[in-house]
Amino acid sequence: MSLLEVDALDVHYGAIHALHKVSLAVEEGEIVTLIGSNGAGKSTTLRALSGMVQSSGGTIVYGGRSIVGLRSDEIVRLGLAHAPEGRGIFGSLTVRENLELGAFSRRDGKVRSDLERMFERFPILQERAQQSAGTLSGGEQQMLAVARALMARPKLLLLDEPSLGLAPKIVQKIFAIVAEINRDGVTILLVEQNAHLALSVAHRAYVLETGEVKMAGSASELAASDEVRKAYLGVG
Amino acid sequence: MTEFLQFLLKGISVGSLYALLALGYTMVYGILQFINFAHSDVFMLGAFFSWRLATWFKLIDPSPLVATSLLLAAMALCALTGFLIELLAYRPLRRAPRLNVLITAIGVSLFLENSGQLVFGKDPRSYPQLLAEHTFSVGGVNVRSVEVIAVVTALALMVALHTLVYRTKIGRAMRAVSIDHKVAGLMGIPVSRVISFTFVVGSALAAAAGVLVGITYGQIKQPADSSWVLYGLKAFVAAVIGGIGSVPGAMLGGLLIGLCEQFVGGYISTQLRDAIIFALLIVVLLVKPSGLLGRRAIEKI
Ligand SMILES: Nc1ncnc2c1ncn2[C@@H]1O[C@H](COP(=O)(O)OP(=O)(O)OP(=O)(O)O)[C@@H](O)[C@H]1O
Ligand SMILES: [Mg+2]
Repeated sequence: MSLLEVDALDVHYGAIHALHKVSLAVEEGEIVTLIGSNGAGKSTTLRALSGMVQSSGGTIVYGGRSIVGLRSDEIVRLGLAHAPEGRGIFGSLTVRENLELGAFSRRDGKVRSDLERMFERFPILQERAQQSAGTLSGGEQQMLAVARALMARPKLLLLDEPSLGLAPKIVQKIFAIVAEINRDGVTILLVEQNAHLALSVAHRAYVLETGEVKMAGSASELAASDEVRKAYLGVG
Repeated sequence: MTEFLQFLLKGISVGSLYALLALGYTMVYGILQFINFAHSDVFMLGAFFSWRLATWFKLIDPSPLVATSLLLAAMALCALTGFLIELLAYRPLRRAPRLNVLITAIGVSLFLENSGQLVFGKDPRSYPQLLAEHTFSVGGVNVRSVEVIAVVTALALMVALHTLVYRTKIGRAMRAVSIDHKVAGLMGIPVSRVISFTFVVGSALAAAAGVLVGITYGQIKQPADSSWVLYGLKAFVAAVIGGIGSVPGAMLGGLLIGLCEQFVGGYISTQLRDAIIFALLIVVLLVKPSGLLGRRAIEKI
């Protein structure tokens, strides 16, 4: 059974019908990416999975149980963490406090050692630990958002546009980290507008258009398809 | 000079009560962006709960132990009251327009005032002398021991609150919720429970302020007396001046209002006192719209 199975998911924002019968699956250990242009419904899909918005139809089965109707905090407890669009950093809290909040739901005694481990992986965050998170640069904030989500020790990590607004070098670094996290055993569902990069790290991909899944397949297949090359990779 | 010292001490005494009350306004505003009009009624109930317990159990002999127990009992009862107000009146309106919540808050306030009158009567009550009264002289000014104890108690509670908000896990969660409910949820924070907790804490502090009013003045006005609301209003002004949503700001604002009130009343005019306080509010908001220690711009209320 897949770690995550979404079937015929519908989401409305008032009168706006943002997702139409979206179906997708994520297997344990995979990196799956969701690509599509502005307003396609990528962020909405992630929000529905983490309980930030309520779905109006369809099913979401995670780890063998339905999570439709659960609150965000209940979903995190099941091991599904979400680094949201816009990063959602608590700017007036320190970097360390942000990281500690990432582990809010955990009751095990390993939060301290995980924090140390996070500082090893992201040395810049250690340097800035006592600083207000709002003073970090965009790239640093993005690292903080990823590190904070990891502090929940997720099985499945939802990442929403980790490359947005960052210099190419930083983007490379963040994608290297994403691949590394995945090798450590975290399954990842990655939303990206930068289809090129996303397809280079992902195993499989879904293409969303105006709230519907238009294509699905292995990352290499999609990267080679004419349609994707034209619409999302700026080729041809 | 003696006069100055007198106004200063009195200002600190009144100001620390405003500060205690202001904390409740600022915390609720920080987390839900609305003015909890019922807060001044919880403050009133704090005074009356402790008065009722003291008269029931005939606690008329001064004793620090009794005073402390009554303080804690009133705080617990008001914490429960605040919890119920949030649960029954505000939580069902979590997604409703803010105006609806505001009107509900006014309704809750009226309800508490009228039930207060029903339960505790419509007369002012003399408050038992819970602490032995000594007077000593500082620089020619007579200082009452109960006032000193009240100020020390208020300050201790503020230090405790500050520690709670800035040094504990639940405090971190409160600050996160006040920044963004949705993202706080993503951290695994049970947002509704944190909101409840905020009402519980704010109401307990208001209760303490109510008890301290009784202890300091030896008399409490009837439940629907306008002085309770005026206290609340000034405490709210204090919260806005300090920067609504800011815990240190509420404390600073409370002390400022207390001092300002005493100095203006003493040197300028008692009649103009309140008018000048509200003028001060306008000036602060013109110069620094987010308040003295506030970060975010103030939203329209
Ligand atoms: N809070 C909201 N209220 C109303 N409509 C919304 C809201 N959020 C998103 N939408 C609408 O839902 C649709 C999908 O939006 P969504 O944010 O999921 O797109 P996206 O694929 O993440 O786009 P982008 O790449 O620009 O982030 C859009 O038409 C958008 O305008
Ligand atoms: Mg998006």
